[in-house]
Amino acid sequence: MPNNGTPDFSNWSCPLPLRDYPTIVMGHGGGGKLGNELVEHLFLPAFRNPALESLGDAAVFELSSGRLAMSTDSFVVQPLFFPGGSIGELAVNGTVNDLAVSGAEPKFLSASFILEEGFPLPQLAAVVNAMAETAAIAGVRIVTGDTKVVERGHGDGCYINTAGIGVLRPGIAVGPSRAQIGDVVLVSGTIGDHGMAIMSVREGLEFESQIRSDCAALNGLIADLLEAVGPAVHAMRDPTRGGVASTLNEIATASNVGIDIDESSIPVRIEVQSACELLGLDPVYVANEGKAVFFVAPESADHALSALRAHPLGREAARIGVVTAQHPRMLVARTPMGSNRVIATQIGEQLPRIC
Amino acid sequence: MKYLSEFRNGEIAQRMAREIRQVATQPWKIMEICGGQTHSIIRNGIDQMLPHGIEMIHGPGCPVCVTPLSLIDKALAIAAQPGVIFCSFGDMLRVPGTDADLFQIKGRGGDVRVVYSPLDAVELAVKNPDKQVVFFGVGFETTAPANAMSVHLARRRSIKNFSLLVSHVLVPPAIEAIMSSPENQVQAFLAAGHVCSVMGYWEYPSLADQFKSPIVVTGFEPLDLLDGIRRAVIQLEKGEHRVENAYERIVSYAGNLEAQQLLAEVFEVTDRAWRGIGVIPKSGWRLSDKYRAFDAEERFQISGIHTAESPLCKAGDVLRGAIKPAQCPAFGTDCTPRRPLGATMVSSEGACAAYFNYGRLLSAEELASAGAAHAQ
Repeated sequence: MPNNGTPDFSNWSCPLPLRDYPTIVMGHGGGGKLGNELVEHLFLPAFRNPALESLGDAAVFELSSGRLAMSTDSFVVQPLFFPGGSIGELAVNGTVNDLAVSGAEPKFLSASFILEEGFPLPQLAAVVNAMAETAAIAGVRIVTGDTKVVERGHGDGCYINTAGIGVLRPGIAVGPSRAQIGDVVLVSGTIGDHGMAIMSVREGLEFESQIRSDCAALNGLIADLLEAVGPAVHAMRDPTRGGVASTLNEIATASNVGIDIDESSIPVRIEVQSACELLGLDPVYVANEGKAVFFVAPESADHALSALRAHPLGREAARIGVVTAQHPRMLVARTPMGSNRVIATQIGEQLPRIC
Repeated sequence: MKYLSEFRNGEIAQRMAREIRQVATQPWKIMEICGGQTHSIIRNGIDQMLPHGIEMIHGPGCPVCVTPLSLIDKALAIAAQPGVIFCSFGDMLRVPGTDADLFQIKGRGGDVRVVYSPLDAVELAVKNPDKQVVFFGVGFETTAPANAMSVHLARRRSIKNFSLLVSHVLVPPAIEAIMSSPENQVQAFLAAGHVCSVMGYWEYPSLADQFKSPIVVTGFEPLDLLDGIRRAVIQLEKGEHRVENAYERIVSYAGNLEAQQLLAEVFEVTDRAWRGIGVIPKSGWRLSDKYRAFDAEERFQISGIHTAESPLCKAGDVLRGAIKPAQCPAFGTDCTPRRPLGATMVSSEGACAAYFNYGRLLSAEELASAGAAHAQ
């Protein structure tokens, strides 16, 4: 999978008869032969599994009994390929992570594509293969899907929707309203990587060192954490759009508690910090795609932190704050100066400042 | 030098705050001119570190806040025209005009784009020869050289479809206007470091003499600000009124001569309306005759714009320091960062927005006294 932001399609070989059409045409979404060829020569080989292979109107599979979790998300990122990943990785990991932070073990995914007429097939293949690899790493199966084609100018190349089903772990009750006073707030690693990676490519900003997206499936990390401390985890969430600040504000509001964080304890890569300074952005508001925040009972916090750090995706995990009875529904940061500031939820997207 | 850490050292900051407490024997009111400094003071809680009597008054140095409403309405009218690509820095997009903001114009189909440099807008003009590309050139002396360079290049390269909607404002006339105001209580100034990196600080000694007021050229990091405040307080305590440079790593007395030369060629001094304050004579720049052809106001004859400030908004009084944000009847009720009535509630550099966020931590009583401390 290309990782450097400029995808290399030179080695991609397209099996006949896809080669007849190097780009997506309206017929690929028409439910006829062209659409079938796309399924047969692209989606099926990439995602191959028994449930998908039956090519029925619905995937049929068995799940262990118990409570299920379901989530869906749509992906419209531009550019489609960026340092550290592509829309394909995002589409799988996004839904996997939404299930994982709900305390579920992700099992099956659907994948729907809305493609723009003229979208190059090699790029679609790169996206699909990225999804397949990512699903394999996350241990989930893509069992059903759909493709629609819109006329040129009516889409942005490729949009993807994924939905997923997972099985809730017994004995785990997590949710944004369950944070308790005294809970310790942990973050699984450096923040702001994804948002700044996208922004630097999208805006053509050139920094000395390339910022890579942190896009990753968190179900393995979360499984290890729950294995270690189980019910001591009261709330967890992946801070995507709006960043850590928005996620912590949401949990403070939902749980009707205050949150104090120590700004200097939040891990931020130096290149992300530098890029943020340059643009007048605050890394706490910048999106992540492979990080989670956890609210853990204080007596289990050290154990939880060790469990996170033992996993490759949690090596830079840190303790960043505590839940307090003071200032309910507010997130307050202790600055490195020793003063306090309120970190409010952003109104819209963060806007670079004039000077 | 590690700019991101060395000038944010908490221990040194505490030491400097202690020194200010030791030096200060009476209350002083110090104005930081620049919105970037206001932002840093609030973000880093510098105001909380100062002794009770040292009051920071937030000056009118937020370019987003002082850009006149009539010009924002003009920007909206131009941006709404077909065939126009309207480029702006990000934080101008949410500033309310009379009827809409640039985000809403974008939502209605206007081609509004955030750029990081006016030179990007020039490139857009080259790539889109069939479109008129307009850059919204606002700000103080800091952003002026890049804006000047954009029209300079456009003229040299004969790029006919680029123009600049200009509302540049200047710091020294603003200091003069504030100090000359009968209700003024400001006793010392922190001059904006980045403005001085361009202009130097040769314009300031006469102001310091005229108003018997210390002026300290100050940077933006927490330690820069504390050092600037410390030096201002020391001068005030000694009864001195000198111009000092506390931002030597960036600023020289003469400033950036090349930039100043370009500015003198591209711009000419003009009277300028400051939103909420009114017209200050000779307080801004417009394009000079040589570059007038690149003036968007000339190129787009916009008529029939109805401009009206919200009757509820007291941003002008806030900008002049006459009231504190919380004393405005609309503050936090009719006017919030989500639905701002005035520009001071929009930008993170705006006093109202800063108070809206910071004030949530304080009781009503504390808020009132903090407000009083900050707004005279």
